[in-house]
Amino acid sequence: MPKVKIPTPLRQYTDGSSEVEVGGDTAGETLGNLAAQYPDLRQHLYTGDGKLRSFVNVYKGDEDIRYLDGPDTEVLENDELSIIPSIAGGRCRNF
Amino acid sequence: MALRIGAGDVGHIHDHAKEAYPEECAGALVGMDTGDMKIVVDVWRAKNTHEEDRGRRFLIEPLQIKEFEERTQEQDMDLLGFYHSHPDHPAEPSEYDREHAWPYYSYIIASVGKDEVEDMRSWVLKDDRSGYEEEPIVFV
Repeated sequence: MPKVKIPTPLRQYTDGSSEVEVGGDTAGETLGNLAAQYPDLRQHLYTGDGKLRSFVNVYKGDEDIRYLDGPDTEVLENDELSIIPSIAGGRCRNF
Repeated sequence: MALRIGAGDVGHIHDHAKEAYPEECAGALVGMDTGDMKIVVDVWRAKNTHEEDRGRRFLIEPLQIKEFEERTQEQDMDLLGFYHSHPDHPAEPSEYDREHAWPYYSYIIASVGKDEVEDMRSWVLKDDRSGYEEEPIVFV
Protein backbone atom coordinates (compact mmCIF):
# COMPACT_ATOMS: atom_id res chain seq x y z
CA MET A 1 0.00 0.00 0.00
CA PRO A 2 1.15 3.61 -0.53
CA LYS A 3 2.60 5.38 2.49
CA VAL A 4 1.58 8.81 3.72
CA LYS A 5 4.05 10.86 5.75
CA ILE A 6 2.37 12.81 8.52
CA PRO A 7 3.81 16.18 9.66
CA THR A 8 4.44 16.82 13.38
CA PRO A 9 1.23 18.81 14.09
CA LEU A 10 -1.03 16.03 12.78
CA ARG A 11 0.63 13.07 14.48
CA GLN A 12 -1.54 13.53 17.55
CA TYR A 13 -4.45 12.39 15.34
CA THR A 14 -2.63 9.33 13.91
CA ASP A 15 -1.75 7.77 17.26
CA GLY A 16 1.70 9.36 17.05
CA SER A 17 2.60 7.72 13.72
CA SER A 18 4.80 9.69 11.36
CA GLU A 19 4.04 7.36 8.48
CA VAL A 20 0.80 5.51 7.72
CA GLU A 21 0.07 2.91 5.05
CA VAL A 22 -3.24 3.66 3.35
CA GLY A 23 -4.95 2.09 0.37
CA GLY A 24 -5.91 4.16 -2.65
CA ASP A 25 -5.36 4.46 -6.42
CA THR A 26 -5.16 8.25 -6.52
CA ALA A 27 -3.81 10.90 -4.15
CA GLY A 28 -7.34 12.13 -3.41
CA GLU A 29 -8.63 8.65 -2.63
CA THR A 30 -5.63 7.85 -0.44
CA LEU A 31 -6.09 11.03 1.60
CA GLY A 32 -9.82 10.40 1.87
CA ASN A 33 -9.11 6.92 3.22
CA LEU A 34 -6.59 8.37 5.66
CA ALA A 35 -9.21 10.82 6.96
CA ALA A 36 -11.73 7.98 7.24
CA GLN A 37 -9.24 5.96 9.27
CA TYR A 38 -8.43 8.93 11.53
CA PRO A 39 -11.61 11.07 11.61
CA ASP A 40 -10.09 13.78 13.84
CA LEU A 41 -7.70 14.60 10.99
CA ARG A 42 -10.48 15.60 8.65
CA GLN A 43 -11.09 19.16 9.84
CA HIS A 44 -7.40 19.98 9.58
CA LEU A 45 -7.07 18.64 6.03
CA TYR A 46 -10.39 19.69 4.49
CA THR A 47 -12.61 22.76 4.53
CA GLY A 48 -16.29 22.46 5.46
CA ASP A 49 -17.20 21.80 1.83
CA GLY A 50 -14.73 18.96 1.49
CA LYS A 51 -11.90 20.72 -0.36
CA LEU A 52 -8.31 20.30 0.68
CA ARG A 53 -7.29 23.38 2.69
CA SER A 54 -5.10 25.77 0.73
CA PHE A 55 -2.18 25.54 3.15
CA VAL A 56 -2.22 21.73 3.11
CA ASN A 57 0.26 20.61 0.48
CA VAL A 58 0.51 17.06 -0.76
CA TYR A 59 3.68 15.85 -2.40
CA LYS A 60 4.22 12.63 -4.30
CA GLY A 61 7.92 12.11 -3.79
CA ASP A 62 9.37 15.58 -4.39
CA GLU A 63 6.52 16.89 -6.53
CA ASP A 64 3.50 18.89 -5.45
CA ILE A 65 0.41 17.05 -6.73
CA ARG A 66 -1.01 20.43 -7.81
CA TYR A 67 1.57 20.32 -10.59
CA LEU A 68 0.75 16.70 -11.42
CA ASP A 69 -2.92 15.73 -11.76
CA GLY A 70 -4.10 17.16 -8.44
CA PRO A 71 -6.33 14.75 -6.47
CA ASP A 72 -6.44 12.49 -9.56
CA THR A 73 -2.69 11.93 -9.42
CA GLU A 74 -2.10 8.22 -9.73
CA VAL A 75 -0.60 6.51 -6.69
CA LEU A 76 1.12 3.17 -7.04
CA GLU A 77 1.85 0.46 -4.50
CA ASN A 78 5.27 1.78 -3.46
CA ASP A 79 4.63 5.51 -3.78
CA GLU A 80 5.05 7.85 -0.86
CA LEU A 81 2.81 10.85 -0.30
CA SER A 82 3.83 13.59 2.13
CA ILE A 83 1.50 16.07 3.75
CA ILE A 84 3.50 19.27 4.12
CA PRO A 85 2.25 22.45 5.79
CA SER A 86 2.77 25.88 4.38
CA ILE A 87 2.75 28.40 7.17
CA ALA A 88 0.90 31.65 6.58
CA GLY A 89 -0.65 34.46 8.54
CA GLY A 90 -0.68 38.18 8.96
CA ARG A 91 -2.07 41.00 10.98
CA CYS A 92 -5.10 42.03 8.89
CA ARG A 93 -8.01 40.10 7.60
CA ASN A 94 -9.02 40.40 3.98
CA PHE A 95 -7.43 43.56 2.68
CA MET B 1 1.96 23.43 28.10
CA ALA B 2 4.42 26.30 28.37
CA LEU B 3 7.11 27.43 25.96
CA ARG B 4 10.59 28.02 27.34
CA ILE B 5 12.93 30.27 25.39
CA GLY B 6 16.34 31.77 26.17
CA ALA B 7 17.39 35.40 25.91
CA GLY B 8 19.63 34.69 22.91
CA ASP B 9 16.77 33.27 20.84
CA VAL B 10 14.44 36.07 21.94
CA GLY B 11 17.14 38.48 20.77
CA HIS B 12 17.26 36.78 17.36
CA ILE B 13 13.49 37.12 16.94
CA HIS B 14 13.65 40.80 17.96
CA ASP B 15 16.51 41.47 15.52
CA HIS B 16 14.65 39.75 12.68
CA ALA B 17 11.42 41.65 13.41
CA LYS B 18 13.26 45.00 13.46
CA GLU B 19 15.25 44.26 10.29
CA ALA B 20 12.12 43.22 8.39
CA TYR B 21 10.04 46.21 9.58
CA PRO B 22 7.71 47.44 8.07
CA GLU B 23 7.32 43.98 6.55
CA GLU B 24 6.42 40.89 8.56
CA CYS B 25 9.19 38.42 9.34
CA ALA B 26 8.80 34.71 10.06
CA GLY B 27 10.87 31.77 11.21
CA ALA B 28 10.87 28.39 12.92
CA LEU B 29 11.12 27.48 16.61
CA VAL B 30 13.22 24.39 17.07
CA GLY B 31 13.92 22.33 20.17
CA MET B 32 12.50 19.60 22.36
CA ASP B 33 9.01 18.70 23.51
CA THR B 34 9.24 17.10 26.95
CA GLY B 35 5.49 16.51 27.16
CA ASP B 36 5.18 19.20 29.85
CA MET B 37 7.05 21.95 28.12
CA LYS B 38 8.36 22.94 24.73
CA ILE B 39 11.98 24.01 25.07
CA VAL B 40 13.28 26.22 22.28
CA VAL B 41 16.97 25.68 21.60
CA ASP B 42 17.25 27.46 18.27
CA VAL B 43 15.32 29.75 15.95
CA TRP B 44 15.73 29.58 12.19
CA ARG B 45 14.87 32.44 9.91
CA ALA B 46 12.52 31.76 7.02
CA LYS B 47 11.95 33.81 3.92
CA ASN B 48 8.65 35.63 3.79
CA THR B 49 7.61 34.78 0.25
CA HIS B 50 4.14 36.31 0.26
CA GLU B 51 3.73 37.93 -3.14
CA GLU B 52 1.29 40.73 -2.41
CA ASP B 53 1.69 42.58 0.86
CA ARG B 54 4.48 41.46 3.15
CA GLY B 55 3.58 44.31 5.54
CA ARG B 56 0.39 42.48 6.45
CA ARG B 57 1.03 38.89 5.43
CA PHE B 58 3.65 36.21 5.61
CA LEU B 59 4.05 32.89 3.89
CA ILE B 60 6.62 30.16 4.43
CA GLU B 61 6.73 27.86 1.42
CA PRO B 62 6.14 24.12 1.88
CA LEU B 63 9.58 23.25 0.54
CA GLN B 64 11.12 25.38 3.28
CA ILE B 65 8.97 23.58 5.88
CA LYS B 66 10.04 20.24 4.39
CA GLU B 67 13.67 21.30 4.76
CA PHE B 68 13.04 22.42 8.38
CA GLU B 69 11.37 19.06 9.17
CA GLU B 70 14.32 17.17 7.70
CA ARG B 71 16.93 19.33 9.49
CA THR B 72 15.21 18.93 12.86
CA GLN B 73 15.08 15.14 12.40
CA GLU B 74 18.77 15.03 11.49
CA GLN B 75 19.57 16.96 14.65
CA ASP B 76 17.21 14.85 16.77
CA MET B 77 15.02 17.84 17.56
CA ASP B 78 11.39 18.81 17.04
CA LEU B 79 9.83 21.56 14.97
CA LEU B 80 7.92 23.22 17.80
CA GLY B 81 6.30 26.08 15.95
CA PHE B 82 6.90 29.40 14.25
CA TYR B 83 7.33 33.06 15.01
CA HIS B 84 6.16 36.02 13.00
CA SER B 85 5.93 39.75 13.53
CA HIS B 86 3.00 42.14 13.47
CA PRO B 87 4.39 45.55 12.49
CA ASP B 88 2.57 48.34 14.40
CA HIS B 89 -0.07 45.87 15.53
CA PRO B 90 -0.72 43.91 18.76
CA ALA B 91 0.88 40.51 19.41
CA GLU B 92 -2.47 38.82 19.00
CA PRO B 93 -3.53 36.40 16.26
CA SER B 94 -5.82 37.72 13.55
CA GLU B 95 -8.72 35.88 11.97
CA TYR B 96 -6.45 35.39 8.98
CA ASP B 97 -3.87 33.77 11.27
CA ARG B 98 -6.51 31.39 12.63
CA GLU B 99 -7.73 30.31 9.22
CA HIS B 100 -4.19 29.35 8.29
CA ALA B 101 -3.02 27.85 11.59
CA TRP B 102 -2.05 24.27 12.35
CA PRO B 103 -2.72 22.43 15.60
CA TYR B 104 0.13 21.70 18.00
CA TYR B 105 2.52 24.37 16.73
CA SER B 106 3.37 27.30 18.97
CA TYR B 107 2.87 30.60 17.20
CA ILE B 108 4.97 33.38 18.69
CA ILE B 109 3.82 36.81 17.57
CA ALA B 110 6.11 39.82 18.09
CA SER B 111 4.52 43.24 17.99
CA VAL B 112 7.15 45.48 16.44
CA GLY B 113 7.31 49.25 16.03
CA LYS B 114 9.82 51.30 14.08
CA ASP B 115 12.52 51.03 16.73
CA GLU B 116 11.71 48.14 19.02
CA VAL B 117 9.70 45.02 19.76
CA GLU B 118 6.96 46.07 22.14
CA ASP B 119 5.42 42.73 23.05
CA MET B 120 5.85 39.04 22.39
CA ARG B 121 3.20 36.39 23.09
CA SER B 122 2.68 32.77 22.11
CA TRP B 123 -0.51 31.10 20.89
CA VAL B 124 -1.70 27.58 20.13
CA LEU B 125 -4.71 26.74 17.96
CA LYS B 126 -7.57 25.02 19.80
CA ASP B 127 -8.31 21.47 18.65
CA ASP B 128 -11.66 22.43 17.15
CA ARG B 129 -10.03 25.35 15.27
CA SER B 130 -12.46 27.78 16.96
CA GLY B 131 -9.72 30.06 18.26
CA TYR B 132 -6.43 30.23 20.09
CA GLU B 133 -5.26 29.64 23.59
CA GLU B 134 -2.45 31.77 24.88
CA GLU B 135 0.56 29.71 25.83
CA PRO B 136 2.69 30.96 28.72
CA ILE B 137 6.24 31.87 27.73
CA VAL B 138 8.97 31.10 30.26
CA PHE B 139 11.90 33.42 29.58
CA VAL B 140 15.24 32.07 30.76
